[in-house]
Order: sequence, then structure tokens, then C-alpha cells
Amino acid sequence: MVLVYFGLMLLLSALAYYLGRGQASSLPRPLAALPTYHGARLALFAFFPMLGLFILWEAIVPRLLMSRAISSLPTDLQPADALSLSARTRELLAVVNGTPSADISETVRAAGQALASNLSMAGMILLVLGLAVAGAGVFWAKSQITQQLRARHTVEGTVNWLLIACSAIAILTTLGIVMSVVFETFQFFTKVSPVDFLFGTKWSPQTAIREDQVGSSGAFGFIPLFIGTLVVMIVAMCVAAPIGLFSAIYMAEYATPRVRAFAKPVLEILAGIPTVVYGFFAALTVAPLVRDIGRAAGFDVSSESALAAGIVMGVMITPFISSLADDVINAVPQAMRDGSYAMGATKSETVKKVVLPAALPGIVAAIMLAISKAIGETMIVVMAAGLAANLTLNPLNSVTTITVQIATMLVGDQEFDSAKTLSAFALGFVLFIFTLGLNIIALHIAKKYKEQYD
Amino acid sequence: MSAQTATKVETATAVPRILGERAPKVTARNVDIYYGEKHAIKSLSVDIPDRAVSAFIGPSGCGKSTFLRSINRMNDTIPSCRVTGDIKVDNKDIYARDLDVVHLRARVGMVFQKPNPFPKSIYENVAYGPRIHGTASGKADMDDIVERSLRRASLWDEVKDRLNSPGTGLSGGQQQRLCIARAIAVNPEVILMDEPCSALDPIATARIEELIDELKQNYCIVIVTHSMQQAARVSQLTAFFHLGILVEVGDTDDIFTKPKDKRTQDYITGRFG
Ligand SMILES: Nc1ncnc2c1ncn2[C@@H]1O[C@H](COP(=O)(O)OP(=O)(O)OP(=O)(O)O)[C@@H](O)[C@H]1O
Ligand SMILES: [Mg+2]
Repeated sequence: MVLVYFGLMLLLSALAYYLGRGQASSLPRPLAALPTYHGARLALFAFFPMLGLFILWEAIVPRLLMSRAISSLPTDLQPADALSLSARTRELLAVVNGTPSADISETVRAAGQALASNLSMAGMILLVLGLAVAGAGVFWAKSQITQQLRARHTVEGTVNWLLIACSAIAILTTLGIVMSVVFETFQFFTKVSPVDFLFGTKWSPQTAIREDQVGSSGAFGFIPLFIGTLVVMIVAMCVAAPIGLFSAIYMAEYATPRVRAFAKPVLEILAGIPTVVYGFFAALTVAPLVRDIGRAAGFDVSSESALAAGIVMGVMITPFISSLADDVINAVPQAMRDGSYAMGATKSETVKKVVLPAALPGIVAAIMLAISKAIGETMIVVMAAGLAANLTLNPLNSVTTITVQIATMLVGDQEFDSAKTLSAFALGFVLFIFTLGLNIIALHIAKKYKEQYD
Repeated sequence: MSAQTATKVETATAVPRILGERAPKVTARNVDIYYGEKHAIKSLSVDIPDRAVSAFIGPSGCGKSTFLRSINRMNDTIPSCRVTGDIKVDNKDIYARDLDVVHLRARVGMVFQKPNPFPKSIYENVAYGPRIHGTASGKADMDDIVERSLRRASLWDEVKDRLNSPGTGLSGGQQQRLCIARAIAVNPEVILMDEPCSALDPIATARIEELIDELKQNYCIVIVTHSMQQAARVSQLTAFFHLGILVEVGDTDDIFTKPKDKRTQDYITGRFG
């Protein structure tokens, strides 16, 4: 029924479009707006009334019918509390959908069938009403079409509102997420003091379910996670920053168009590999390799190490840095290079002394963004760095990171008000502040850089 | 070969008087330049005198910049560009296999249409060339080169108190003089200027022209310009290009008073452009 309704909505809009365009075309010229705008305007007058009606109707009518169906049940079947209400609702819905379980009572079944027929009746009414509002809208709007009508403004205004609505949704969602994280973080801080969290050096979030269990009080020191994140991030940047940057320089300055046409897409493929794939690559290939090489060289390397995770994460971020840096380097005006070549500078002198200094702020911004990406990355670290919250700066040890802990906190069945679960939100909040700060710095640098050539 | 080309030049125009007074610094013989399929310069031969200003004039798209850029091989940066024929600076073929382009460009400097100072300090802009060529022996020497170059570009007095502020912060005219200072800091023998005043106001233009006039004591200068008056004011030799062909070349006085070719006459009197 919904499909039919939306199909009808689109069909009517299309019809209205042709109607409006046709009518406007037959008007004497010059028109205040092109006929296509009149068509679009009419389409809007079909579309939005129908959409509005649908939203309103769906918000009210099915619920109304459901509550009527429930109240029509005999007293012994009336739900007593919220739990049985939702059970009853589910039973009725199952009947409506034609999938009732066998043990359902006859009365409920009958009520469900009545509800089903009511609902389909309501659907029919909705269709008719929809047709009516669209017809009325189009009819009224069509009567307004004159030579002077500024249909362009109506369409323009609608587009404007649509765009505003979309960005509002995006902004509100972000706000909502941030608010909920902040709220849960405060909840967490009522259980664990912020000082213990921010400066504690021990992370073992296993709180006891029973009072008498050992280790009933978890430790929520955030420092080991922070250091772990830092170590992995530094290893990743040590891999990604030079490789990404140099490959960008090669792409932008040295590669022939043919090489570029081939190499750029390859780099982009690298960027398109899901992180999970990188993750098992890290866990199954790189981590054992790192361990074996390390052991052969006489180091004590654990089989899950920050080094392995960092290397793979670096590989993952490399195309990101190289593509951003490539853009930045390409944005350096050719006149700069010409000026340098004309003085008798070689290519590498030009790159080193003119192009890179000019592109430096943009490159720094790219690296900042890459760092915030590295910090937020989870899959690779989960798979390759381990879960042990060791407080160590040694990349050969296994470490754990903020994101990994968040993931493990929330995997599986959890009580939602334990300190353990809530700590995930606090970690998320700290992570968020981190990456936000990095992004702001990066944007700030990039903006400054933009002003340089104007 | 040389006898043949000599007669060719003579049939086009008589040898300009300025070339009697000054040795030719740059000589081009039967130069063809292509951008892919496009034939931008067709069989061009010309002698450019040392210690004088030569002006290239002609309607837009006729190949002035193309030829100018071929004199210090800046065309090498355009992959599709191909140059055939002989271009010699001081009788050395600059397209010879064993020629060092970097060295050539240090001898044949270039100033561009749009001022393009590096995003560095004024001092560093001028010091750029001497630094990469290692011509300065120590800080004091470098200071000296920078000051001398800026003075010659008649920019010193305006910037001597802010040598460390960015070169991009100067006015357009100052930036162009900075670019000239930058070019002369490496002590070139030839300076190529592609419409150096087209982005400048009349006052800044007058200063640059004065500067060009002074520089010609020591350098071979080639300037591309769209201003007939400018060509007449600053140059001793004028070459008129049209559709990739060097139509006429001669002493500036002659070109502007008694052009031999109908097209030259039409162009300098503004009848086509
Ligand atoms: N990079 C290039 N690739 C292809 N064709 C080019 C390129 N540069 C110039 N041309 C062509 O070569 C011809 C000569 O161009 P050139 O820039 O030398 O003209 P110009 O005389 O300097 O003109 P203007 O006075 O407008 O600067 C033009 O037809 C132009 O379209
Ligand atoms: Mg030009």
C-alpha cells in the first residue's frame, strides 16, 4: 500500500509537471519564469501535500486502530502492564502480517483480523485522500499560473528549504550523538572519578556481577590506552607520512601523465579496501612476520604487537595522505615552478625549495587529518595489537587502544548502567575531543594556506 | 649552411644597423616549434644583439612567448612542445645534447608576465638563485649580492627596511621589480621578459622601462610587449611576428617609421590586431 501511495505520488508529480509546463508554454511571452519552472512548481504542489498527508496519517491512524483493537478485547485479555501491552501488540501485528503463532487465542485472532481489515480500509482512504489533496493543490496552483507568476522563486525557495532541512538533519544528528555521549560520560563520572580516569595508569574494567567476586572493583585508568593509541599512531605515521608524501611528490611532479593515469587509480583502490581486510592482513601476515623477524634479531616480540598494527595502519593511511598532499602540491601555481626553473634550478631543487615550502601548510593539514583517522581506526588494532592494556612505549609489546576498548566494552550482552559499559562512552568522548581538536587545527592551517596566493 | 642562411636573412630584410654595432648574442636559424600537431613557429631566423633591447611584437597567439621561451628552453616543461632548427647563445647550440639546461637558464634568465615571487621573504627571493648556484661565499657576500640586485632593480630603497617580510606582500609593480632583481642576482647574460608590464599601472611601467634602459648597458634583453609605445621607447631592435612567422625585423626606428611589410604597417598603425 505504501508503495502504491508513493508510486502515485511520483506519478502525480510528473503529471503536474507536464501540466504546468504545458499551460505556461501556451501563455504569451515573455514569461517571468520559464515553463519548466511552472512545471516544477506544480509538481511541488502535488508532491508535498501528499507527503505531508502521509506522514501525518501514518503517525496517527495505525496507532489509533491498534489501541482500538486492543480495547476491543475482552477484559481477561486486556493487557495489565507495559510488558503485556507490547506482547499483545506483537500478537495482533503477527495476525495482521499473516504469521500468527499457533498458540494464539481465537479472540485475539479475530481482533487481529478485524484490525487487518481496518488497516487496509485505512490504506484505501489514505490513497483517496492523497489523490484529493494532490488534486486540490495542483488545481489551486494551476489557477495561479499567469505570465507574471514568479514560479522560479517558489522552486528556488523550496530547493533552499530542502537543503536547509538536510543540513539541519545532519547537524542535529551530530548534536544528538554528542549530547548522548556527553550524558553517558557524566553518568560514568558519577561512578568513577574523572581524576582516576584521566590520570590512572591501570585499566582493567572487569567489574564484578556478584558482590563476592574477585576483582570486583575495576580500574579505569585511561593512560595505558592513551599511550597504546599514541604508540600505534606514531608507528602508523612513521610509515604513512614519508611514503604518502613522497609518492605524492612523485605523482605531482615527476610522474609522466601515463604513469599518473595508472598509479592514481591504484592508490585509490588501496584507499577503498575495507579496514577489516587490512585487519586480518595485519593479524595473519604482518604480525607473525614482525614477530619472527624480531625474534630472529634477538628481540622479544609478542605475537600481537603495536608495531604490526601500526605498520598496517600506516599502509592504510598512505593513500589518504598521498591523495591529499597531491592535491595540495598541484595547487601550487605553475608560475612558482617556472620562476624557479627560469633561475636555473633543477627539478629537485624546485620541489625542495619552492613547491614543498609553499605546500607545507596543506601537507601538515593532511597529516593532521591522517592522524585523526589513525586514532579513530579500530579493526586493524583489534586484530593485530591485542587487548592487553600494557602501559608501555615499546612498540614490540602488545598494547590496546581507545577504540579497541570501546569496541570490546560494547560487544555482547551488557548491562547498560555498569561502569564498564559507561566507560566506553567516556573513552568515546575523549577520543572525540582529540580528533575534533586535530581537525580544527588542520582546517585552520589549511585555511591560512588558502589565503596565501590570493 | 651559414652562407645559405645569411642570404635568407638578407632577402627578408637588410641587416639592422644595431647588429653592425653590437655582436649578436642569440642567433636563431630555421627554428620550427610545434605543440603536438600545432605549428606555432615557422622557419624563424633572427639575430639578437648583445647589450641592447630587442622587442617582439605581434598580435596575440602569433608565437612571441613560444619563441621567447625556447631561448632558455623553458618549453622543456611543456611535454607536447618540440623545437627544431638551431638556436645559439654565444655561438653555442643550446639544444645540443651535452648542454646543461640548468646552466643555460642561469645564463639566460626570464621575467614572466605575471609577477611570481616565491612565497618567501624578499631577501630569500633574491638569494634564491645565488644559493642554488653557490655563487655567494658567505653571509656578507650574499647580503651584498642581494643589495646590489635590489638596487639595480631600483627596489632597494623601498624594501631595505623589510627584507624579511614576504615577497608576496609587495605591490604588483614592486613584485615585478623583485622578480627582475631575482633574475639579475644570478648574473645572467640574457634577460627574457614576457610582457613584464602588462599587469602594472603606468607609473610602475615607467619605472620598469627605466630599469630596462639601464640594464641594457650590461645585458642582452629581449622583451615581448603589446604596447607599440613601449617597444618604440625601450628597444633598439624590433621583430614583428604574425601567425608564427617572423614577418619583419629591423632597427626600431625603421620599423616604426618606414615598415617594409604591409602587415607590419597595418599592425603598428592599429589597423589589425
Ligand atoms: N602549451 C601549449 N600547448 C598547445 N598550444 C600552445 C601552448 N602554448 C601556446 N600554444 C599555441 O601556440 C600559439 C602561440 O602561442 P604564444 O603563447 O606563443 O602566443 P603569444 O604570441 O605569446 O600570444 P600573447 O600575445 O597572447 O601572449 C598559439 O596559437 C597558442 O594557442
Ligand atoms: Mg605570450
